Amino acid sequence: MAVGPRVLEAAGAPGVGRLARLREWWEREDVFGYGLILPALALLVSLVAFPFGMAIYFSLSDYWVGSPGGFVGLENYRAIFANEMFRQTVQNSFVFTAIALSFKTVLGVWLAVLLARNLPFKRVIRGAVLLPFVIPTALSTLGWWWMFDSLYSVVNWTGIRLGIISPPGPNWLGQAAYAMTAVIIVNVWRGLPFFAITTLAGLVAIPREFYEAAEVDGATPWQRFWRVTLPLLKPVLAVVILFSTIFTFADFNIVYVLTRGGPVNTTHLFATLAYQVGLNGGNLGQGAAIALCLFPLLGVIVFLQLRFIRKE
Amino acid sequence: MASATSRSVQIRSVAFSYANLLPFVFFALFPFYFMFVTSFKSNAELYNLKSIPFTVQAPVVEHYTFLFFRTEFFTWMKNSLLVAVLATSASVVISILAGYSLSRLRFRGAGSFGTAIFISYLVPPTLLFLPMSQVVTWLGLADTVWSLVVTYPTILVPFCTWLLMGYFRTIPREVEECALVDGASRMQTLWRIVLPMAIPGIICALLFSFTLCWNEFTYALTFISQSSNKTAVVGVTADLIRGDIYYWGSLMAGAVLASVPIVVCYVLFLDYYVSGLTAGAVKG
Repeated sequence: MAVGPRVLEAAGAPGVGRLARLREWWEREDVFGYGLILPALALLVSLVAFPFGMAIYFSLSDYWVGSPGGFVGLENYRAIFANEMFRQTVQNSFVFTAIALSFKTVLGVWLAVLLARNLPFKRVIRGAVLLPFVIPTALSTLGWWWMFDSLYSVVNWTGIRLGIISPPGPNWLGQAAYAMTAVIIVNVWRGLPFFAITTLAGLVAIPREFYEAAEVDGATPWQRFWRVTLPLLKPVLAVVILFSTIFTFADFNIVYVLTRGGPVNTTHLFATLAYQVGLNGGNLGQGAAIALCLFPLLGVIVFLQLRFIRKE
Repeated sequence: MASATSRSVQIRSVAFSYANLLPFVFFALFPFYFMFVTSFKSNAELYNLKSIPFTVQAPVVEHYTFLFFRTEFFTWMKNSLLVAVLATSASVVISILAGYSLSRLRFRGAGSFGTAIFISYLVPPTLLFLPMSQVVTWLGLADTVWSLVVTYPTILVPFCTWLLMGYFRTIPREVEECALVDGASRMQTLWRIVLPMAIPGIICALLFSFTLCWNEFTYALTFISQSSNKTAVVGVTADLIRGDIYYWGSLMAGAVLASVPIVVCYVLFLDYYVSGLTAGAVKG
């Protein structure tokens, strides 16, 4: 050792010198930094940024499966906005997201408060509650499909026995309002654990002293929740809600398995409609335009999320 | 006296919590219970409106035998395993490199790269599946499991990088600096010093990646049409239904069995799932 590259070069070993210089170059902090990030960057450029550009190109052209078409400007957008089915989808998406998110937020905070208590079997309960989030959604939705079956629905069976539902009970997946309810129930079922567990993490981080101080001041549990817990949870909740907004809006699995967008398009979301038009119908141009309608919302959410992260 | 009252208050508080948790636990678990029970019912019982749906009168395994001998279930499971293992290992390696670089090394543009990773983490796969199906065709991978091995890292790498950056940041800088001063190269420092200290994070990244791969539905449904190339989730969901006749029993049996690998991981590594969820905030 102790033979620097210069010495070797001077000794007339250019090959070794080049190698050593290369090694020295590789040891530079910035070179090493760029080097390590290169594979990830290559992947994201070629398989995220490039397809994204292609999606925009598709949406502006008359592109069908197997036959690349010419540039048509905003024709696809004009066509989908004029389409009744698309307008129904926009409405569905907002109704679905707003209702599902409200339930997930309220129930999620309540569940997190309960899970934060120091109970016997705490770990088992957490494990059980988190399960719907971990099991493949498409498969568990099959179970819900069977539970909402038109003839053998266990929900109706129980409701009728308990006298809550008058026989024969609703045809869950065959009537517009019920189908939307069913899709929302499954989405809440699957997304609730995510809300509860992330909120729980925020909850555990609140210093005990705050509660003790509030208790000394004579605050009731309810006041403690509204005045201490909720304000301090706000940053965590904001991140979780933003996150969930985009992925609820862009949901595909639940609707595809449960209703395929039916009955009469009343449960279609952007992703399922894009699938139907772009792949089943072969109209990639219009399909891409429909999928890209998710983009404005994504843009807003990315902007807000980045602001939150920078603040922290 | 005082302690007796406080004790009864405590008991009442625990009872109150349990009473409130019960509906949540029931809501979370009932669908799984019901799927499990259904998969063991005979067709006669399944389609008898008079029978009680919650229990099995005479358990049968005919739906499982149908699954094993009359469908390509094992091929689907094998495909899922292959895709999940390959995509997970590739993604975690790429993410370790990128995560270390972005969290520990100072170079121009590191911040913007971090932002780019975060943005691609927020892009839902449903936004890109149409152009992605064309890319897969151009690469000559259409209708093969390789189309998934290549595309899943786009979902996994942003998530794992983000997760691992958090873990790398908790390792004290001095440890690395000591190693560098002692003459170790940067790669050796990463491999011998940093990685062993980030093992919990790496396990977490592996588990979440494997789970995300196994559960992925949109790409697997879109890119593959040949039954023998399907993954377990898509095979069970799409290929066990023929026309209007539903094979409810075998459908439920397939859903139960195809979930088993994830349930096993979950039971073994529950704490990693919880910590990964809170650390990285998974797509949900």
